[in-house]
Amino acid sequence: MQKRNLTFFLFILFCTSAFSQNTISGKTLNQEQAPLIGSHVHIGKRTVSTDSDGNFIFKNLSAGNTTIHVSYVGYQSIDTIINIKSDLRLDFYLKQNTSTLQEVLIKQKTSSLNKSVLEQKIKLETIEKYSNQTLGDALKEVAGVSSLKSGSTVVKPIINGLYGSRVPVITNNVRLEDQEWGTEHAPNFDINAAGKITVIKGATGLQYSGDAVGGLVIIEPISVKKDTLFGKTILNFDSNGRGGSISSSIHKGNNLGLSWNALSTFKYIGDKEAPTYVLSNTGNREANFSGDIKFTGKNYDISSFYSYYKALIGILSASHTGNVNDLYNSINNQVPAVVNDFTYTIKNPKQDVQHHIAKVNFNYHFNEMTSIALQYSFQLNKRLEFDVRRGDYNNIAALDLELKTHSLNIDYKKNLHDWSIKSGVNTSFQNNYANPATGIRPLIPNYDKTDFGVYGIVNHDFSDSFSVDAGLRYDFSKIQATKYYQKSRWDERGYDNEFSDFIVGDYGTQWLTKPNFVFNNFSFSAGFHKKLSKDWDCFTNISFASRNPNPSEYFSDGLHHATGIIELGDLGLDKEQATKLAVTIHKKWNSFSLEINPYINSIHNYMFLTPVGFETTIRGAFPVWEYQQTNARLSGIDIQTHWNITNQWEHLFSFAYVNGKDVVENQPLIDMPPLSVNNKIKFTKKEWKELSLELKSEIVFKQNQYPNNNFNTNIISNDAFVSVQVDVSTPPPAYHLLSFNSEIKFKTFKKGVTTLAFTVQNILDTKYRDYLNRQRFFADEIGRSYQIQLKINY
Amino acid sequence: MKTKISNNQFNLNTKKMKNLKITALALVAVLAFSSCSKDDNVTPPVNENELITTITAIYTPQGGGTTVTLQYKDLDGDGPNAPVVTVSGPFAQSKTYDGAVTFKNEAANPVINLTPEIITEGVDHQLFYQKTGTLNAFTYGTAASNFDVNGKVIGLQSVFTTTGVATGTLKITLIHQPNKSGVNVAAGDITNAAGSTDAEVTFNIEVQ
Repeated sequence: MQKRNLTFFLFILFCTSAFSQNTISGKTLNQEQAPLIGSHVHIGKRTVSTDSDGNFIFKNLSAGNTTIHVSYVGYQSIDTIINIKSDLRLDFYLKQNTSTLQEVLIKQKTSSLNKSVLEQKIKLETIEKYSNQTLGDALKEVAGVSSLKSGSTVVKPIINGLYGSRVPVITNNVRLEDQEWGTEHAPNFDINAAGKITVIKGATGLQYSGDAVGGLVIIEPISVKKDTLFGKTILNFDSNGRGGSISSSIHKGNNLGLSWNALSTFKYIGDKEAPTYVLSNTGNREANFSGDIKFTGKNYDISSFYSYYKALIGILSASHTGNVNDLYNSINNQVPAVVNDFTYTIKNPKQDVQHHIAKVNFNYHFNEMTSIALQYSFQLNKRLEFDVRRGDYNNIAALDLELKTHSLNIDYKKNLHDWSIKSGVNTSFQNNYANPATGIRPLIPNYDKTDFGVYGIVNHDFSDSFSVDAGLRYDFSKIQATKYYQKSRWDERGYDNEFSDFIVGDYGTQWLTKPNFVFNNFSFSAGFHKKLSKDWDCFTNISFASRNPNPSEYFSDGLHHATGIIELGDLGLDKEQATKLAVTIHKKWNSFSLEINPYINSIHNYMFLTPVGFETTIRGAFPVWEYQQTNARLSGIDIQTHWNITNQWEHLFSFAYVNGKDVVENQPLIDMPPLSVNNKIKFTKKEWKELSLELKSEIVFKQNQYPNNNFNTNIISNDAFVSVQVDVSTPPPAYHLLSFNSEIKFKTFKKGVTTLAFTVQNILDTKYRDYLNRQRFFADEIGRSYQIQLKINY
Repeated sequence: MKTKISNNQFNLNTKKMKNLKITALALVAVLAFSSCSKDDNVTPPVNENELITTITAIYTPQGGGTTVTLQYKDLDGDGPNAPVVTVSGPFAQSKTYDGAVTFKNEAANPVINLTPEIITEGVDHQLFYQKTGTLNAFTYGTAASNFDVNGKVIGLQSVFTTTGVATGTLKITLIHQPNKSGVNVAAGDITNAAGSTDAEVTFNIEVQ
């Protein structure tokens, strides 16, 4: 309530003409005449806290009508309008709030300081629709966010054309590890644990990181501030995959004292099916748990949190290829090489992923405007990738990584009049261990990484219609790896000149090396928000971010089975630096709103994987791709509209276009999302059990901007070698998907609501492939699916 | 309920703050400790026991004569060094040669012979012989040992019958998890074999 008042208050205030300057002073007291220390008094845009005697003072106030708002936790707020003509003395007597403590103690918790960027939010009711899917799927609700997939279960978000290390995912204030390397590492996150998802396009979230060249995904868990206890269970069934999930959560809220949440999710899904065949070995399993307990005191709170994510993900059998010939056959046949009957069984290749997060938080509120937060978190990732191997090796993981990350964050926040300040330090230590028992040289070596960052962000409201923010961050990063290089590879890479001091041991055909890199980076963000009129808003932001090469970019060295290519990292890579300018224009009419977001992102030393030739091995020829750097420019536009046609009919539209260019070679960048246009028509009728019907159309155009990386290989045909082209470049044709969603709500128990939803995806059973799916060379995307969801609130 | 902020409460909070500071210090210490406890015991290099480095095909003429040995050796596996391909000499005209292929890992110490593993897992393996030029076709040996438990061919043994002078290449491919029931796969046609390639080597061959 208070929050709403405050917002309302901020909006209705117009800086009245400032001819005369007046002072208002006074006291805030309770009815027993005792001063209320640290209570809040707002006049116009300004806020003060009362001192130890309950005194406050405002100087230089303009004459005219203005609103005054006085608040103190546990007391009823006072809202009034006064006409300032001269200096005034006002004493406020606050009445104690006896009924319930409805005030929300921590007001600033989720509010953002980056007022110059319009953040995109996904609400709980939307998130719940994706209960049976992945985080990456849900994020596509936001215009400008697409997904990079390996099959249908491993889904990574792409923000304005950028992904992986460029898009950190922050869940519950912890930066999620192990989701950055390679395209087949998806964020280890149970979508059911999200209460709200925020997408920041660009590097403006400096409190989280300075390397978010693409953007940030910020996930906040469900948190209840009211004194209540409730539970929720979501049951899903999906005809495609013939499986489903169950997710149950219990939330105990309290604004003072103990509160806690607990959630667990199980998922069991068999082979998915494309329109004309089974996608063999694409089943998956998940078992997740998360829980937290929090104690809220008068002006502090302390909480601890733990979450466990475990997934077993089958990788399409047909995507396990050998050499170039196998790849050629797969691309040309257009049918997967392996199609078996439907099964729930998951064979190799598969991923077995575990992710533990444990953390403790302490927040202390000096007063309502100043607070400090401390957080220690620990993450443990265990990643096993199994490949199709001979004999007993089949039971040994081909990749076995254990990643441990400790981090400590201290954040300080202060709001003062029309200034707000946030600053803090983060430090983290990470260790990766690649188990040599795999019998395969690991793609990611052992390493230790230490990071330290310090930031400051400031926001100033010049007037009600104009605010400016600016932030600066410094990051120190040090990585020390231990890696064996084949001497032949070391020489081929030409490392001897520059990196011979990394060599610490000679193991016959291999060098033992300890590569060591140190980085000092600065990043910044600055921008403004201008209200052009009552319903026109303009947000402009410029940000500069630096991203260091990640371990796969540095150290990859060898055959990557999932893609059938030899991937080579480069020790000579330098950090990548991006400067992004983004503008958002937001206009609201009575029943129609429009949001246009053009941007340009200029990236110096953009790292990307590109084909450079062939290497012949005993398994035949393999294309060699290496990490290179260039200067890139990504420009694009995202558009969203929302039209309330009538009370019952709504229309939503979104459009996203990005153009990525290698400005050195003057050619398009690889893997840029094609133009996409979404339309949604929604019908809701409250009287009919809150019936909601929704038809969605998703058009993805063909990407015509792509670099030509095709190569030739020799195959034997009619007793002679024939050179054929392996087309790895041409994007698949455009496609159009229709989906339908319907929902009704029933009152159950005393105050519970049960929601029954029925969804059909890919209604027309369209056969299509997606440019940004790494398995597009091997199989079609999934076909039609019927889904039933039952959500019970109690 | 009184909401006067008592001194008591503040004292409590400062005590909490003290506790907090201690906790924070402890955490920093843990962090520092874990970063210092970096042990220098280096993990040994990975033994790539599974790696095939050497493929040898020995063709022995029926009724006596010079055997022909074809060998393909790539000791650095996926590494950049080119393989070493050797052919001991030409095949003679009008002879029938019995060929036997062996797979070894010579990067390991001691050398591992991988051929028995392939025989044990015969159901999941098949070799294919493709030729180019004027050479006659290579066919599968008919001995029982050339077949898996299901009676389908594995193909480690092959037969090459020469007639007149000829030149061309022989490509030997080892397919893992082939579709042995695919059209013409049993006859040695790789077109419908699917699976993935474990080895693929090419030799230049002459019949003189």
